Amino acid sequence: MSTSTSAASRIKPWLPLLGIALLALALLVIAPAMLSPFRLNNLGKYCCWAIVAVGIGLAWGRGGMLVMGQGVFFGIGGYAMAMHLKLEAAGPGQVPDFMQLYGDGSMPWWWEPFRSPVITIAAIILVPALVAGLLGFAIFKRRVKGAYFAILTQALAVVFATLLIATIKQTGGFNGLNNFPSFFGYSLYDPVNKKMVYLIAAGLLIVCLVIVWQINRSRFGELLVATRDAEERVRFLGHDPANIKLIAFVIAAVMASVGGAMFAPIAGIISPSDVDAAASILFIAGVALGGRAGLFGPALGALAVGYGQSTLSERFPNEWTYFQGALFVVVILLIPGGLSSVLKRFRKDVARQTTELRGLTVTEPPTEVKVHG
Amino acid sequence: MDSLTTPLLTGAATGAILLIAALGLALTFGQMGVINMAHGEFLMAGAYAAYLTQQVIGNADVSILVALPVAFVVAGMLGLLLELFIISRMYHRPLDTLLVTVGVGLILQQAAKDVFGAQGDPVSSPGWLDGSIGVFGYNWPYRGLFTIVLALLALGALAAVLKYTSFGRQIRATVQNRDLAETLGISTKRVDRMTFFIGSGLAGVGGVAVALISGTFPTLGTAYIIPAFLVVVAGGLGQLKGTVIAAFAVGILTQYLTSWFSGSMAQVLVFALVVIFLQVKPQGLFTVRTRGLA
Repeated sequence: MSTSTSAASRIKPWLPLLGIALLALALLVIAPAMLSPFRLNNLGKYCCWAIVAVGIGLAWGRGGMLVMGQGVFFGIGGYAMAMHLKLEAAGPGQVPDFMQLYGDGSMPWWWEPFRSPVITIAAIILVPALVAGLLGFAIFKRRVKGAYFAILTQALAVVFATLLIATIKQTGGFNGLNNFPSFFGYSLYDPVNKKMVYLIAAGLLIVCLVIVWQINRSRFGELLVATRDAEERVRFLGHDPANIKLIAFVIAAVMASVGGAMFAPIAGIISPSDVDAAASILFIAGVALGGRAGLFGPALGALAVGYGQSTLSERFPNEWTYFQGALFVVVILLIPGGLSSVLKRFRKDVARQTTELRGLTVTEPPTEVKVHG
Repeated sequence: MDSLTTPLLTGAATGAILLIAALGLALTFGQMGVINMAHGEFLMAGAYAAYLTQQVIGNADVSILVALPVAFVVAGMLGLLLELFIISRMYHRPLDTLLVTVGVGLILQQAAKDVFGAQGDPVSSPGWLDGSIGVFGYNWPYRGLFTIVLALLALGALAAVLKYTSFGRQIRATVQNRDLAETLGISTKRVDRMTFFIGSGLAGVGGVAVALISGTFPTLGTAYIIPAFLVVVAGGLGQLKGTVIAAFAVGILTQYLTSWFSGSMAQVLVFALVVIFLQVKPQGLFTVRTRGLA
């Protein structure tokens, strides 16, 4: 071993931080200086989706839990924020405009706490954690299998969207909540404030990346990958895989909620179509495209899919759906490691690549020998 | 009395459609661990097959009987192609097949929109299904009864194939122990392919029943796929009776809850009940017992 390689190996763990710093530079300094307010606002939307994707990368890429209902948590955060902004717009003691339009002008009791900014922010963190915690506890503790979990999360997204559409008097129904004039007292008609909201969203994306980077380096991160690859072995070593999965699922849910909370003021609307099963699947598309198990893959993939979604889907709605379907088939079938694994192939030797891919692809641990009779 | 019997009878018809859809799912999921999210689109393909058959034949009385085998073959072929070109390449990645088939479902749905238009197309029901039968004061349309008869016929045929034919024995052997079946000279690859054909074909038959009730439209499958999966999850894998009980339970329960609360609340409650049920029976109602750890 020469000194240069040992120096390189000492630097290596810090390379992701360099990547995060570069992304922060691009999103927080270069983009605001270069882009028009309209495009910057769009980039803000993609950042919100990327925050969700970072969480999915943790739960799915690292933990092997296919979360097909992240729209639910995105929606919880988005609607919590939107409710606060609606109440802020209505003024103290007043009722949001749409309730007079669709209903009798009375406000449901559970809207009242969202007048307070502190309670709103607490709810954005705690409610998804509670929902994910309850569902995850019920599923993981009973050792319900991976595919069942995926189906149940998607069913939750379907149920959630149906419930939102049916409650027009309480949540705005199919139209959702829109028209937010201000954000915690700052007028959203002012371009400077609009830019500030973008910077918060982009900043939160950076924060989430740092959190996941640290989780991946920690003992918990190692246990999570171990649970993904050989759950029974982890159990035999004395750990409870249910708890490990539960924690990752809750973190992913909170991240999705934070993304949703920033999405509402940036997009100016949150509606059932932003949170339903189809939206939840689109979240996964970005993660799969970028590379599920890496740190940057999910975020960059989500930014790319977000860009594609909002530019192509309006001009070529039909082609976009075909493209989206083909994306799933081609990426998952041919490059399960995502685009980042293709890049890696140029850099790393083949042997290492195959071991990494093996960890990705084998979801059933090879140790599970079924004994009959 | 009406408020008690009506949900029971309409729910039984819903349950029958769920049963046909879930039979195919449980078959492929149970045997290969493959979750086919495009199964709902196979249902839709079956419905369009019924529509096209009616366009060709014209006579509604006859066309529906012709449509049943046509829909079975059309949806079955789609399933066969899916297995041949995509799923057979990724049996070691069950969770990933779920996502790939989501993509296939998106493409099929959009294709149906482009070919037939986003608007629905009507399928007129045959004259001999027009009447209704009085049950406890509720006029139960023959169509509902027809759905149930169809589901029970499909169930009986599948059960007979599984139990009495040598092909059925091969399927059961593959489900119980794939490696041992292979050792005994069974081509599990061929069995997988045929199972996929049958499972998908059943979805097509279900599609004909749906077409009679609601006509055809490109997103027809999405309404049934999640409840059908909940049926599979609650019913357990490997035995048909679990699927049968779960299908009618989910169908009837949904109708009762809808009549007591609302359609959306019924969905919420059924989902919650399935999760609670899994606390008691994590493997579903019935399952093939092994000493495996998973």
